[in-house]
Amino acid sequence: MSALLEVQDLEAFYGRTKALHGVSFSMVPGGITTILGANGAGKTTTLRAISRMVRTAGTIRFEGRPLDHRATEDVVQLGIAHAPEGRGTFVHLTVEENLRLGAWGRRDKRGLEGDFERVFGYFPVLRERRRQMAGTLSGGEQQMLAVARALMLRPRLLLLDEPSLGLAPLVVREIFRILRAVNQETGVSILLVEQNAVQALDLADHVFLLETGRVVMQGPSEVLRRDDAIRRAYLGY
Amino acid sequence: MDIFIQQVVSGLATGGIYASVALALVMIYQATDVVNFAQGEMAMFATYICWSLLNAGVPYWGAFLATLGIAFAGGVVIERVVIRPVENAPILSIVIVTLGLLVICNSLAGWIWTYVQKPFPSPFPSTPFKVGEIILGAHDLGQIGITLLVLLCIYLFFRFTPLGLAMRAAAQNPLSSRLVGIRVGWMLALGWGLAAVFGAVAGMMVAPILTLEPNLMGGVQIYAFAAATLGGFTSPGGAVLGGFIVGVVENLVGTYVGFIGTELKFTVALAMIIVVLLVRPTGLFGSSLVKRV
Amino acid sequence: MSSRLARNVGILALLVLAGALPFMLSNFRLFQFTQVYIYAIAILGLNMLTGYNGQFSLGHGAFYAVGAYVSAIMMDRWNVPYGWTIPVAGVLCLVVGFLFGLPALRLEGLYLALATFSLALAVPQILKYFEHWTGGSQGIVLTKPGAPFGLPLNPDQWLYLITLAVLVLLFWLGANLLRGRVGRAIVAIRDNHIAAEAMGVNSALYKSLVFGVSAAYTGVAGALSASVIAFVAPDSFNVFLSVTLLIGSVIGGLASISGAIYGALFIQFVPNWAQDISKAAPWAIFGVFLIVFMYVMPFGIAGAIRLLWIRMTRSRVSQEGRSAVPSQAHTTT
Repeated sequence: MSALLEVQDLEAFYGRTKALHGVSFSMVPGGITTILGANGAGKTTTLRAISRMVRTAGTIRFEGRPLDHRATEDVVQLGIAHAPEGRGTFVHLTVEENLRLGAWGRRDKRGLEGDFERVFGYFPVLRERRRQMAGTLSGGEQQMLAVARALMLRPRLLLLDEPSLGLAPLVVREIFRILRAVNQETGVSILLVEQNAVQALDLADHVFLLETGRVVMQGPSEVLRRDDAIRRAYLGY
Repeated sequence: MDIFIQQVVSGLATGGIYASVALALVMIYQATDVVNFAQGEMAMFATYICWSLLNAGVPYWGAFLATLGIAFAGGVVIERVVIRPVENAPILSIVIVTLGLLVICNSLAGWIWTYVQKPFPSPFPSTPFKVGEIILGAHDLGQIGITLLVLLCIYLFFRFTPLGLAMRAAAQNPLSSRLVGIRVGWMLALGWGLAAVFGAVAGMMVAPILTLEPNLMGGVQIYAFAAATLGGFTSPGGAVLGGFIVGVVENLVGTYVGFIGTELKFTVALAMIIVVLLVRPTGLFGSSLVKRV
Repeated sequence: MSSRLARNVGILALLVLAGALPFMLSNFRLFQFTQVYIYAIAILGLNMLTGYNGQFSLGHGAFYAVGAYVSAIMMDRWNVPYGWTIPVAGVLCLVVGFLFGLPALRLEGLYLALATFSLALAVPQILKYFEHWTGGSQGIVLTKPGAPFGLPLNPDQWLYLITLAVLVLLFWLGANLLRGRVGRAIVAIRDNHIAAEAMGVNSALYKSLVFGVSAAYTGVAGALSASVIAFVAPDSFNVFLSVTLLIGSVIGGLASISGAIYGALFIQFVPNWAQDISKAAPWAIFGVFLIVFMYVMPFGIAGAIRLLWIRMTRSRVSQEGRSAVPSQAHTTT
C-alpha cells in the first residue's frame, strides 16, 4: 500500500528559529498516528507544517503529491482537514454556519445535507445546538464542533491538535470513542497530536515521540505502550 | 407637528447617506482594524465617474448601476494593489496609506474634473409629495428608499449566501478561515469592493443636494464617523442605525435649537462623538473587546 | 572608536553645521529650517505619546494651537517679551495635556483616535468663538523679535538660533527621559499595561503625565511658530495640521527620537518637491510619496536605518534566534 502521507527531513522555522530538526515519518491510508511529546517539542509545528502555516524545508508528500509550494487553502482542497490548537471555532457564527464553512474547501458540494446528518449522527448534541452561537458552547461541545467541521470536508486526512486540552476525562473518552468510529466507518486517516498519552496510545496504531524538534522514538503503539521509558516519562507510572 | 415630521423625514434621508458611509467604514474596520480615511474621497471619485457617464448621454439608472460596478471593481483593485503590500505593517502605517489614498483621490478629481462646482441630477421628481398637511420631498423619500434597498440586499447577501458567510468568517477569524479553505485575502478585497459600492451610493444621493465638487464628501465622512461611533464600530447594524439617528438629530437640532446655525451644526456632530466616547466608547451596539492577557 | 562615541561626535558635528547655517543660507531657507526644527519638537512630543506610550493622537494640532495663541496673546496684549512666552506656553500645555490625559485613560486605540480627531476638527471653531481673546477669524498679527544686546543678526537669524537652542535642549531632555526608567515604564505600558501594572508601574499616572509632557513639547513648538510666522489665525490650526504631524511622526519613525527630525524634514520639504514635480496635482504626488514610503519603510525612516544597521553589524552579533524584523516593542534612537 502506498503511503498517504510521507514526511522526509522536515525542518520548520518561526522567523529565524528552527523548531523542527529533520523529522521523518509516514502514514498509511486508514491509519491513526499520534505524535506525543512535552510542551515545546514541536508537535503543533508538525501539523502546521503540513497545513503550510509555517516556513519549512524538506519534503512533505500527500498521496504522492508534494505540498511544498502550496498555500494553506490549497492543502485543504487536496483533502486535508485541520482542527487547530484551541479549536478555532468561529465564535460569532452559529453551529450550523461553522459546519457549512467546513465544507467550503470541497470542490464537490453534492450531498451536503447528508453530511450534516452524518455529523449529527456522531455528535447528537450539535444537532440540538445547531442554531446557537458557537461561542456559547462548552469546551467539550466546541471540540466536537471542531472535529465535526473538519469532517464536513470529507477529508482523507484529519489533523487534530490536542483535542483533549482542557476537557474532563469522560468527555475526552467520548470524543476518542467517536474518533475511532469515524476512522472505522469512513476510513479517514487521523494524525493526532496529544499530551494525553494514555488515551492517544489507546486510539492510535502508530506512535512517534518528539523531543525538541526531533523524532526520538517511533513504532506501533502496542510496542511503545509497553516500553518502560515511555511508561515512566509519559504515562506516569 | 407637521414641521417635526418633515424634519424627521429629511433627517432620515441624510441619515441614510451617513449610514451608507458608516457601514463602509465599519465593514473594513471589522475585517482589518483599519479605518479607511479615504472612504469619502473614493465615493466622491465614483460620483464624478457617474457624472462623466451622464454627460456622455448614458441614462440615469444605467449610469448609476455602471458606477456601482466600477466602484466595486475599484475597491477590489485598491485593496489588492495598494493595501495588500502593507497589510502586515503597523496599524498607523496602514492609516498613512489610506491618507495617501485620500489625498490622491481628491487631487486627481480636481485635476481631471476641475474644482468648479457641477450640478448633479436627481432621478426623483422635483415636485414634492403631500401627505395631508405634510410636504415631503421626493428626493428625500427616494433617497431613503434606495438606501434601504441597498442595505436590504447586503443583509440578505451576508446572511444567506455562501460567499457572504465566507466573508463574515474571514473578517472574524482569518486563521480558521484559511483552514477551511477560504482565501482570506480575496475576501478582504471583496469587502473593500462592497464598501466602495456603499460609498458610491451615498455620493450619488448626496451630490444633487450639495453639488458636485472634490470636497463633496468631506463633511459627510465626519458625520459618518459620528454615526459609526454612536452605533459602534464593531456593529454594522449599529452603524446603520447610528447614521439614521445622527441625521435626524442633526436636522432637529438645526431646526429647533435657535442659535445653532450651519457652522455649529458641525460642532454638534463632534460633541456627539466626544459624549459617546466618554460615556460608552463602544457605542450603542458595539461589543467591548475582551482581550486574553 | 566605540559606536557611542562615534554617535556623539556625529551629533556634535551636525550641531556645529546647524549653527553655521545662518551665515550660509538666505533668509527664506533659514525660515524653512527654523520651521523644520519647530515641527521636529512638535513631532517628538507626538512620538512620546503615540510611539513610546501607544496612545493614538490625531489631535496634536490642538496643543500646537494653544501654545501659539498663548504666546501671541501674551506678546500682543501684555507686551511680554518673546522669550518668556515659550516656557509659559509649555507649562500651560503641560497642565492642559495632563488634564486631557485623565479622561483619555478610558479610551483605547481607535476610540482615542476618534476623540482626538474630533478635537482637532473643533479647534478652528473654538478659536473663532472666543474672539475677544483670539481676535476671531482675523487672528493676531505679531512683529518678529529682533536680536538682543545689539547682536549683528537679523530677526530670521536670531529666531533660527533660538529655535535651534530650544530644540537641542528639549531633545536632550527627551532623550534622557525616554532612555531611562521613565522611558522603559511608558514602553512597558504600551506593550502590556497589565503586566506593567503588576510590576508596580502606575499606569494611569504615567499615561496622563506622558500626555502632559507630549502636549508641552507640542505647545512649545506652537509658541515658537507664532513668532517665526509672526501671525496666528484659527484656520492655520485646522485638522490638516494634526494629520500632518501624525504623518511626520509615522514617516520619521514612531518610537524614535531621531525620527522626529526625519519626519519634520519630510513634512516641510516633500510637499514642495511634489509641487515641483506636478503643478496641476501636487497633492496626488504627495499621496504617492506617502504610500511608497510606507511600502519601503513601514517602520519609518528611523526604523529602516536601524534595520540597515542591524544587517550591517549582524556578523558581530551571535545568531541565537534573533529576529531581524524590528517589532513595535523595540525602540530606536
